[in-house]
Amino acid sequence: MERSLNIIYFAWVRERLGLDQERVALGDGIETISDVLTMLADRGAGYAEIFSDIGKLRFALDQDYGVPGTAIESAQELAIFPPVTGG
Amino acid sequence: MITIQVGEADFDIGAETLAVAGQGGGAIASFVGQVRDDGNLASLELEHYPAMTKKALRKIAEAALSEWPLHAVTIIHRVGKLAVGENIVLVVTGSDHREAAIESCSFIMDRLKTVAPFWKKETRTDGAVKWIEERASDVEASEKWQK
Repeated sequence: MERSLNIIYFAWVRERLGLDQERVALGDGIETISDVLTMLADRGAGYAEIFSDIGKLRFALDQDYGVPGTAIESAQELAIFPPVTGG
Repeated sequence: MITIQVGEADFDIGAETLAVAGQGGGAIASFVGQVRDDGNLASLELEHYPAMTKKALRKIAEAALSEWPLHAVTIIHRVGKLAVGENIVLVVTGSDHREAAIESCSFIMDRLKTVAPFWKKETRTDGAVKWIEERASDVEASEKWQK
C-alpha cells in the first residue's frame, strides 16, 4: 500500500502557496521531514522559493514539533509554518 | 487543576482569577496580554493550528506544575480578528507562595510565545498587511528556562 501524508500549512506559508493543506504520496526513500521538503521544493517555482530556505520554517509531525531530520514513520500529518508569534 | 481555552470569545479577568484563587493557596499571579496601540495599528488577526494548540498549551501548563508547587493554572488565548486594546491572552497561576505564582506565570508566557502555534498578522491604518516575525528576545527569554 502506498504511504501518504497530509501536509498542512499556516500563516504566510499557507498564503504564499494559496493552499491550506494537501495530501502527498510518499515514494521510496522519503523517510524524514527533510526528504518531504526536498520533494516539495521540486514541485515548481512557488514551492521552491518557500522550501529552499528551511531555516525560516518550523515543523510539527502529528502535532508535535520536529526538526528536518525527524523520521516520518507512521505519522499522518505534517504541519509546516513560520516561527510562532502568539501571546 | 489545569484550564485551557482557545477561541474567539473574550475572557473575564476577574472571574478567571477568582476561579484560580478558589483552588486554594493564597498567592495568585496573572498576566494579561492585549493588542498594543503602537501608533498606526488598525487590527490584529490571530491564526492557530487547532489540532495542536490546546495540546501545546497543556504541555506548558504541565511543565509549570512539575516545576512549581501550584494549585491551579489557567491559560486562555484568543484567535481571530482583534482590535487595538482588546485582550489576547490570560495566564493565571495559584500557589501557596508569591514566588512560585509569579515565576510560573512568567515561565508560561515565555514558553507560550515561542512554542504555542499561534501567528499574528497585523493590518496598519494605511491598509498595509504584514505577518509579525519572531523576536530574538522572545526566543532568549524562552530558552533561559531550559537550564
